Amino acid sequence: MKLYFAQMGQYLPVIFNGISVTLKFTLFSTLAGFLWGTVLALIKVSRVKPLEWFARIYTSIFRGTPLLVQLFLVYFATPQLTGYSITSLQASILTFGLNSAAYISEALRGGIVSVDRGQYEAAMALGVPYRQMMFDIIFPQALKHVLPALVNESIALLKESSLVAMIGVTDILRGAQMIQNITYRAFEPLIIAAAIYYVLVMILTMLANRLERWVRRSD
Amino acid sequence: MIRVENIYKKFGNLEVLKGISLEIKKGEVVGIIGPSGSGKSTLLRCINLLEYPTSGKIYIKDTDITSSKVDVLQVRQNIGMVFQHFNLFPHMTVMENMVYAPVKVKKLQKAQAEKTAMELLARVGLQDKANEYPGKLSGGQKQRVAIARSLAMEPEIMLFDEPTSALDPEMVKEVLQVIKSLAHTGITMALVTHEMAFAREVADRICFLDEGKLLENTTPAEFFSSPKSERARHFLEKML
Ligand SMILES: Nc1ncnc2c1ncn2[C@@H]1O[C@H](COP(=O)(O)OP(=O)(O)OP(=O)(O)O)[C@@H](O)[C@H]1O
Ligand SMILES: [Mg+2]
Repeated sequence: MKLYFAQMGQYLPVIFNGISVTLKFTLFSTLAGFLWGTVLALIKVSRVKPLEWFARIYTSIFRGTPLLVQLFLVYFATPQLTGYSITSLQASILTFGLNSAAYISEALRGGIVSVDRGQYEAAMALGVPYRQMMFDIIFPQALKHVLPALVNESIALLKESSLVAMIGVTDILRGAQMIQNITYRAFEPLIIAAAIYYVLVMILTMLANRLERWVRRSD
Repeated sequence: MIRVENIYKKFGNLEVLKGISLEIKKGEVVGIIGPSGSGKSTLLRCINLLEYPTSGKIYIKDTDITSSKVDVLQVRQNIGMVFQHFNLFPHMTVMENMVYAPVKVKKLQKAQAEKTAMELLARVGLQDKANEYPGKLSGGQKQRVAIARSLAMEPEIMLFDEPTSALDPEMVKEVLQVIKSLAHTGITMALVTHEMAFAREVADRICFLDEGKLLENTTPAEFFSSPKSERARHFLEKML
């Protein structure tokens, strides 16, 4: 059996483009998921019943259906329902953002609930209004509790991002498939793709450890 | 300053306060003592509306704060509370803890708030800790910061709920000293404590609570030498 890694050299731009797309995608969907997940988490602890129900049903649906189905729904059904021809990258970021928000909101809700009662009481005793108390006192502490979970979520997003190749986003995996189609070789491009994913995940893990140490400086 | 009128408080089926009436005058220092579970904390927490009485009224400067028309946040700004477990905000430095409420709630200028905060920290002997995080402080230091943080809102009333109970014995004194320095400076104080000698020393009046009832409400001299109720006598025998 002969392997032709040297032959892959000429396709490097395809791979690099894939890396940039995958990273951009992961960044934006993590951000979207975090922001929307924060809103959902605050809704879940708000004690406003209708909103709470909405957030719970939302979470249940996004956790209870396959991500790929969600992706197909957003990508293929959006044009049909709204007439807007959504690009595959937009659909991917939207889907992954909506999906990870469900998971992130659960983690954050747990974090908020685990903040000591005394913190609420001290804030209330100082006359701090509810919203400020949540944003300035409770939420930062909750975030600290759940930081590891959030980082794991973004690592999961990075890995699952390879699903978006299914709707034609030219990410790392799609790049590898394109090379496979041209060269008729499967192993080399795919193992390169796997290696790149692995390296990216490791870098992210390292950054996460640093971030965690920085956040814990006040302990 | 504070007038508590016949308040009852129930948690589910458990009746914790059973018709308590009490008046605290401006500048007065009242020690609240009693066995564990007698409702001392609950009474204190009703005064700043961390708990709502099930029935009865509480007046602060002749305003019924249990009325639904009252702005709870406004009421609380004027009442400092010091907790057994300090409850400093761990993600903020001492200085940030001190100025957070004055700036965000009272809308004071940051520079002004920081100046006041420094003065207060000096008063509790901790000006050199302004930039530390609470995690770096000893229990006694944390509690002194917590007291200073409450004072930064310039409240007319201070509530203390067993401020030294969570402290190692060697740190009790420094906190009691700070509390003592506040007594009789014009600020109205209610202090729940198990430190009998301290209560006797600083309080103008002792309120003895037992099973949700106010059994004694008298001068320290009278309370400690000749309590009227059997329960108080029994309690003192165990404590002293
Ligand atoms: N939020 C609550 N829900 C249910 N029960 C409560 C609540 N807060 C207090 N209790 C109960 O009310 C009773 C009185 O509590 P409280 O904390 O006022 O007593 P205390 O006199 O401060 O006691 P200690 O000296 O132990 O602090 C206790 O039996 C307690 O378990
Ligand atoms: Mg108590």
